[in-house]
Amino acid sequence: MQEYEAESLSAPQLAAMRRSLAGGRGALTRRSLLRASGTGALALGGLGTLSACGIPPAKREGDAAAASDDHSAREKRITFSNWTEYMDVGEDEKSRPTLEAFTKRTGITVKYTEDINDNVEFFGKVKPQLAAGQDTGRDLIIVTDWLAARIIRLGWAQKLDPANLPHAFANLSAQFRSPDWDPGRAYSYPWTGIPTVIAYNEKATGGRKVESVTQLLDDPKLKGRVSFLSEMRDSVGMTLLDMGKDPGSFTDADYDAAIGRLQKGVDRKQIRRFTGNDYTADLSKGDIAACVAWAGDIIQLQADNPDIKFTIPAAGYITSSDNMLVPARARHKTNAEKLMDYYYEPPVAAQLAAYINYVCPVDGVAAELAKIDESMASNTLILPDKEMAAKSRSFRSLSAEEETAYEEKFAELIGA
Amino acid sequence: MSVTDAPPAPDTGPEVRRPSTRRRLVPYWLLLPGILWLLVFFALPMVYQASTSVQTGSLEKGFEVTWHFRTYWDALADYYPQFIRSLLYAGSATLLCLLLGYPLAYLIAFRAGRWRGLVLVLVIAPFFTSFLIRTLAWKTILADGGAVVDVLDALHVLDVTSRLGWTENNRVLATPLAVVCGLTYNFLPFMILPLYTSLERIDGRLHEAAGDLYATPATTFRKVTFPLSMPGVVSGTLLTFIPASGDYVNAELLGSTDTKMVGSVIQSQFLRVLDYPTAAALSFILMAVVLLVVTVYIRRSGTEDLV
Repeated sequence: MQEYEAESLSAPQLAAMRRSLAGGRGALTRRSLLRASGTGALALGGLGTLSACGIPPAKREGDAAAASDDHSAREKRITFSNWTEYMDVGEDEKSRPTLEAFTKRTGITVKYTEDINDNVEFFGKVKPQLAAGQDTGRDLIIVTDWLAARIIRLGWAQKLDPANLPHAFANLSAQFRSPDWDPGRAYSYPWTGIPTVIAYNEKATGGRKVESVTQLLDDPKLKGRVSFLSEMRDSVGMTLLDMGKDPGSFTDADYDAAIGRLQKGVDRKQIRRFTGNDYTADLSKGDIAACVAWAGDIIQLQADNPDIKFTIPAAGYITSSDNMLVPARARHKTNAEKLMDYYYEPPVAAQLAAYINYVCPVDGVAAELAKIDESMASNTLILPDKEMAAKSRSFRSLSAEEETAYEEKFAELIGA
Repeated sequence: MSVTDAPPAPDTGPEVRRPSTRRRLVPYWLLLPGILWLLVFFALPMVYQASTSVQTGSLEKGFEVTWHFRTYWDALADYYPQFIRSLLYAGSATLLCLLLGYPLAYLIAFRAGRWRGLVLVLVIAPFFTSFLIRTLAWKTILADGGAVVDVLDALHVLDVTSRLGWTENNRVLATPLAVVCGLTYNFLPFMILPLYTSLERIDGRLHEAAGDLYATPATTFRKVTFPLSMPGVVSGTLLTFIPASGDYVNAELLGSTDTKMVGSVIQSQFLRVLDYPTAAALSFILMAVVLLVVTVYIRRSGTEDLV
């Protein structure tokens, strides 16, 4: 550097340069950095490259667009993406008994990843690949019904082959047989059913029972200690039921009325928050006295805290489901179907249900579950009896336009 | 070094040898990784976002550039409360960080002695756990029946804060105060570290000199220490304010429906409503607002250096 300076620049020039780098316009300070980055951004903006961008339609037409070459026969493996705590775990906290038994029987190795934490985030994650018609690297995914509906609607799921699913076809319980978004289960099979109920902390309510959404929204004793779920279909669905509307066939006006009813609860500070899974800790502590809750969470909470109680509202409750799908372009569809079918064999289903405590969508599990744990077989949150099943309702599937409009209104309600 | 220090210029005459092309390109080769990084991870996403913000369409039918600038206006008209709230909360948190962080940084720099290393590690220690876990821990600290709330309630502090609208009756969780507390806690180290660096470089003899000139300790602080620590104050406030104004985790976990910040809105527009143009426009507005606030602040702070 020294040599280079000496032969090209005079000493005063060098001095001036040094001065300018240290304190002049060329000095690297926050302000000059901001100025430079601002100019750079403007220059880029002016390039007119903006109009060259755009997001192509996400929808892919026809089953052929989703299908892919099936490498199942040659490659004895699948990649299975699931939610956390949604698979049975052995005594040593590491092994996964049902998955290992599957591998032993079929020779298909399962790469099991718990990389789904949230439906909307997962959709954001896989959307670019699926929209571009590429393989996501996953052969089997589990998503909640409304997202499964959207993925099927967009043509991003592979049609299943019933020949590979004999147990699933025979044992799927009636309640889940034909949702309006996937009639006859051509693309998906449920992993679990999720009842949405009302839960309360008896200690925090002072021994009061909380039995309806009306009470959640109006009981002055609960003011500021009520939470609803940030899943639009659960919160609005339960409110619709409470107002005597069927979430399976409501109109725009019904929806607006339900939002208005919840808005009143927000305005009067009756509702404290809209929560994701994080309500469980608040309910257990008693910061939240009563809430709309997912049944599986409540069973797990009750094991630690006897004050936690739940009620099935007389007006009915929402049941949603988490569903197994084979995403478009996945390379091992047949293997994935074999795994789906495996979880519809009653002994396997019982083993899973005993661990994850959600509604089991498989018929004929009761006897198997009783072998593992008597009390679970009689728990209606895992195996609903006739009376309870009769009160169960599903939120109807929405068109793309409805989905956007409804989510927008709900987002406004929850403050964002 | 000033011009007069330089030796007289040797007369090199008109035939100056130009450095070879290879040599002239060296600095650019050295800059290349940085420039590429900026291009790929900063400039391109910015262009893409700018483009998205003027598109219209839907997920199913795709989005096209229609130069629909109205999105910006609509986004601002719909969500200005969240913008104001973001600036207010981030500003309050920054101020609290400065008030809490300055004495601590001062202590570490001048009074900690051999404990200096340990205290610095303690400042950074919270970073060893995840941001989310640390924020969730505040739900236990500020719990309704918890010790903190009980003490504040007994001292009638909560009566005052409730009247000001910072808290709700006798609870702190799910109120603006909880969100500001969370922000302050999470960003405090970003304030302390630059402050410490600035303070630590101040020559102790300057304090002695001030004392020799009959300055009281207060005057010494006002006239010597604080002005010399300004670079730390400025970079500390920037490192706190900028990320805090875009944060949504604290508002989401510690707040309620009426404490949502603009980060939550962007997240929900992008992921839930799938309205990508509005989300992109909101991001740009936030960037512009923060840039404006920061520019005004730096101009008024009267310092050019940052460390």
